[in-house]
Amino acid sequence: MHEMGIVYHVADEVEKIAAQNDICHIGSVTLQIGEVTGVIFDYMSDLWGWVSDKSSLLKGSRLLYEQIPAVTLCKSCGQRYSTVQSGRQCPHCGSWDTVLVQGNEYIIKQIEADS
Amino acid sequence: MDKVKIIEAKESLLADNDKDADRLREEMKQQGTYYVNLMSSPGSGKTSSLKQIIARMKDRFRIGVMEADIDSDVDARTIAASGVDAIQIHTGGMCHLDADMSRQGLSAIGSEKLDLVFLENVGNLVCPAEFDTGADLNVVILSVPEGDDKPLKYPLMFEKADAVLINKIDAMECFDFSLDQVKANIHLRKPSVPVFPVSAAAGEGFEAFCSWLSGQIQKQKEGTRQS
Ligand SMILES: Nc1nc2c(ncn2[C@@H]2O[C@H](COP(=O)(O)OP(=O)(O)OP(=O)(O)O)[C@@H](O)[C@H]2O)c(=O)[nH]1
Ligand SMILES: [Mg+2]
Ligand SMILES: [Zn+2]
Ligand SMILES: [Zn+2]
Repeated sequence: MHEMGIVYHVADEVEKIAAQNDICHIGSVTLQIGEVTGVIFDYMSDLWGWVSDKSSLLKGSRLLYEQIPAVTLCKSCGQRYSTVQSGRQCPHCGSWDTVLVQGNEYIIKQIEADS
Repeated sequence: MDKVKIIEAKESLLADNDKDADRLREEMKQQGTYYVNLMSSPGSGKTSSLKQIIARMKDRFRIGVMEADIDSDVDARTIAASGVDAIQIHTGGMCHLDADMSRQGLSAIGSEKLDLVFLENVGNLVCPAEFDTGADLNVVILSVPEGDDKPLKYPLMFEKADAVLINKIDAMECFDFSLDQVKANIHLRKPSVPVFPVSAAAGEGFEAFCSWLSGQIQKQKEGTRQS
């Protein structure tokens, strides 16, 4: 399950960031997740409960998230469009020469320390 | 109330992993170890293909294989029986390997003594493509029973491929699978990537792949010597 991998990565990164900033307990972690990463956030928050429980730094903390919409750029006509609505083919000119410009991110946006 | 401190982290997991992977690639290059990441769906023939590749290359290269199985060491034992170093990387249920786990594996197998290391990644066509392992080469295996439309359904995996093996071609008659169609679909995702039809069961088609791979290793050696 991909969500588990991501939750472990997030927990590791948060541990590192906390150590650099002299934080000993975290209240919440806010992620930004791209629309086409395919992760199901509900699974992640369940897994977070399980992973965070094993760490004194993260125990009791909440995992929050914001979605980053997926946007594709058409290299033929230069227009941008919603990837989820139209896929790889440009709805404006029909070209397949398109690239995803955003929507595949996993970003730790912010960490709220409560002590 | 305790005062609450907000840290604007803006840490991108993929970007961090990419940086770590680039560092690892550079370290392996300096050390003279060529590193190949093998990806496919479960059961496409990663282990069977590795046995064929090892048989053809082990006289010329000191080879090691890292098996990233979720919970068993079956594949690692199979590979060890073919006479090269093999280790099991415990993924603890993870669906992909990142650069950090890959580095730990390379250190555990003693990569400094090896010319060529293969990673058999977790069987999955989705997220192993997102996480750069630091390998020099990404090889994707697609087997005939999976269907020739897979490059369309898993675009990222095929965009990341430096070579594609089409395995189980001995079973072509039983399936509605066209080699021309699969090549066209792969090349839509990544133009001009080499495609090698093979049968790991019959041991067919691996000469072409192994000579191509030897060529890639040679190219990198020459590049390192020049710089
Ligand atoms: N007919 C046929 N069967 C094959 C071929 N290559 C592999 N197989 C069979 O496919 C099954 C899976 O092969 P493996 O090599 O274990 O595949 P894998 O990708 O390593 O599998 P996992 O590690 O479990 O993901 C085995 O039963 C093999 O005997 C082939 O070329 N032709
Ligand atoms: Mg295997
Ligand atoms: Zn994953
Ligand atoms: Zn267009």
